[in-house]
Amino acid sequence: MAEASLGGHAAAVETTTGLDHRKMVMWAFLGSECLFFGSLISTYLVYRNRSLTGPFPQDTFDIPYTSVSSFVLLMSSLTMVLALAAIQRGNVRGMRTWLVATGLLGSVFLGGQVYEFTTFIAHGLSLSRNLFGTTFFVLTGFHGAHVTVGVVILFSLFLNSLRGKLTRENSLVVELAGLYWHFVDVVWVVIFTVVYLLPY
Amino acid sequence: MATAEHAATTHQPDRRRYEGIWSWIFTVDHKKIGVMYGVTAVCFFLIGGIEALLIRSQLMFPNGKVVSPDQFNELFTMHGTTMIFLALMPLSVAFFNIVVPLQIGARDVAFPRLNAFSYWVYLFGGLLLNASYLFGGAPNAGWFGYANLTEVPYNHSSYGIDFWILGLQILGVSSMAGAFNFLVTIINARAPGMTFMRMPLFTWMTLVTSFLLILAFPVITVALVELMFDRLFATNFFNPAAGAEPILWQHLFWLFGHPEVYILILPAMGIISDVLPTFARKPLFGYPVVAYSGVAIAFMSWGVWAHHMFSAGLGPVANAVFSVTTMLIAVPTGIKIFNWIGTLWGGSINFKTPLLFALGFIAMFTIGGLSGVMLASPPADWLENDTYFVVAHIHYVLFGGTIFGLFAGIYYWFPKVTGRLLDERLGQIHFWLMLIGMNVTFAGMHVLGMEGMPRRIATYPPGMGWDTWNFIATIGAFTIAVGMLVFIYNFFASVRHGQVAGPDPWDGRTLEWSIPSPPPPYNFARIPIVRARDPFWVQKYGDAGHGHGRVVPMPVAGGAHDAEEARADEHGEGIHMPDPSYYPIVAALGLAVMLAGVILTNLILGNPPGTQPAWPPSWVAFVGLVVFLYGIYGWALEPVSGHSS
Repeated sequence: MAEASLGGHAAAVETTTGLDHRKMVMWAFLGSECLFFGSLISTYLVYRNRSLTGPFPQDTFDIPYTSVSSFVLLMSSLTMVLALAAIQRGNVRGMRTWLVATGLLGSVFLGGQVYEFTTFIAHGLSLSRNLFGTTFFVLTGFHGAHVTVGVVILFSLFLNSLRGKLTRENSLVVELAGLYWHFVDVVWVVIFTVVYLLPY
Repeated sequence: MATAEHAATTHQPDRRRYEGIWSWIFTVDHKKIGVMYGVTAVCFFLIGGIEALLIRSQLMFPNGKVVSPDQFNELFTMHGTTMIFLALMPLSVAFFNIVVPLQIGARDVAFPRLNAFSYWVYLFGGLLLNASYLFGGAPNAGWFGYANLTEVPYNHSSYGIDFWILGLQILGVSSMAGAFNFLVTIINARAPGMTFMRMPLFTWMTLVTSFLLILAFPVITVALVELMFDRLFATNFFNPAAGAEPILWQHLFWLFGHPEVYILILPAMGIISDVLPTFARKPLFGYPVVAYSGVAIAFMSWGVWAHHMFSAGLGPVANAVFSVTTMLIAVPTGIKIFNWIGTLWGGSINFKTPLLFALGFIAMFTIGGLSGVMLASPPADWLENDTYFVVAHIHYVLFGGTIFGLFAGIYYWFPKVTGRLLDERLGQIHFWLMLIGMNVTFAGMHVLGMEGMPRRIATYPPGMGWDTWNFIATIGAFTIAVGMLVFIYNFFASVRHGQVAGPDPWDGRTLEWSIPSPPPPYNFARIPIVRARDPFWVQKYGDAGHGHGRVVPMPVAGGAHDAEEARADEHGEGIHMPDPSYYPIVAALGLAVMLAGVILTNLILGNPPGTQPAWPPSWVAFVGLVVFLYGIYGWALEPVSGHSS
């Protein structure tokens, strides 16, 4: 990521494996992130059904609502793919459209999360209320923070492309953002399954 | 490093240049960053050493009154934290920086600016951690910070734990950034022909350590985040009253903590695996086995964490399983020891200080390894747990092992970095003072542990049978301190007046000895083509030198063509090196201020520890965020010119 220039100046570097340094470090970073979310999810699982007081998950979750926002996030992976496909064909205008679409879908998901958190807090759940509140808010909150970073990256790429800095030659930058974005999506699939769908 | 600037300015007149101290602050050169890492780490090593001397002074006699019990808690916590996170790990990273690109025939690391960022984050994190002394009290719950000793109800007399939590998170960012960099550099920036099975062992162990770092640090990060939320936002992660189990902290901490032990030892093992063949004038015995043993140790280090928790009551099945895995991990370690001895066997041995430290490593680490196998047995562990026996074990491994290995590296590569040799006579005095000092200090602690002296007690009454060994241990600690003074004197004297080393003072085997000392900013005028393991040795003596210990002199370097090209590139003309950049230090400062802001706001407002930070977010953190974002965006948008190779 270090040399991941949003501008168009990244020099092509000859590497041992033929894989760009930046792509390799992104994969390594995502491997590291697996352990990060793995530890948070493990904590959630260890404390599952261990709350001494309510509100409990079964009184709290609105699964149809969260399914819709999960669907929105999954669709954003599709638009991300379309953005990368566009720039790899040299279609800058198409890439801009799909980058914005991806960022907006991500924002919708985040808005849904804010609404969900607000509703839960109104129902008496909080960070300190019980183990469920503690583990739920911290796990999904860190995921939301990752989505937020992703949205910021997507809009930064969009703004940079308006300056004409994003071309077919450095489509790798879009690819890297895509790798991160898909990873964050996949993590949500796991979180949604483990936290919401598994029956309590 | 003015020559690089000179070389490049011939091509880019508008290139940014910095003089004097700014040439260090804005540098992205791996060798300069390595030197900064090394100097900073040695400074923290001395601070940790002073803390150790205070601890030993307190325990020299029964009923010691040198420090108060509270200060004693702070001292042993800061001693452990400083030595592990601020001294040993960064000193290893200093060698990653200085040596790895030279050993693999690269002009720099894969991400030079990320490398600078790692260093500055490390420095700011270390300063923040130690700033706790000035703001009401240092951390005081031991280096592994067990919950719930670290929770607000039990620990609210100072901000120490908050400094510890945030300092370690900042240092984690630094370690991971560095590990990503070296992982990619080693896999992806090797010179042509430098296959994995031709890589010097130090580079091998750096690669293995990098994998451990990027996978282990997220786990401690999560543990620290959970603890931070418990302290600042009243969550329940380690709160038994809400149904939580504080033992979760132990699992998360040691799941990180045991790989961390190998993060500390593997680089030192790599160093001595390079030092021994050089000073025995023989190839490393069983090279593939030594390399694969390092990989095996790294894999197995993930399956042994609960041996730190035998007395926590996990039950006989868990204890038995972790006992077996722990004993198993001694196997690849033992294989390495036999291979090192095999390397020396029949060698033409050159008894210089680096070799002495390497031999010290083998002997001391073996003792530490054996007491480790004793501790791997739960019934024995139950007796020895939390006694001075464990203190003796950890110090034989980390002092006799890691520190001896790192000093072997300092004496070995010092001439490469500075162009001058460390004084040999002073070096040998340093070695013997360290070896004798550490055995006097730590050997008796085995006995103290067996006699039941618990660790972390601020004092003890007379008549417990502990007086003699405590007194002797303190004498040993001051012997080590004298040894360190000798080293510091040697360092400063040799930097200025040491014997000029030349490119290859040890008759080296690996690529770093094929270039001038100190290396030019671009390292290699021409990227070398590697045709064998120990490439420089083979270049000098031909293949006949392999396996026989008999040298067959051959003309240095290749034919006339090579010499001609080398002359043409003498000043590195046409080699574009990365520009200096100030964004890494800005981003690092922003990150540190952002995280420190979480506690600083409370501190400035005079709130007691554990107060929820004011919402909207504390303003110091916000300022840090703005600086951080400025650094990151500037970094991302900065034109990357003149990339190496």
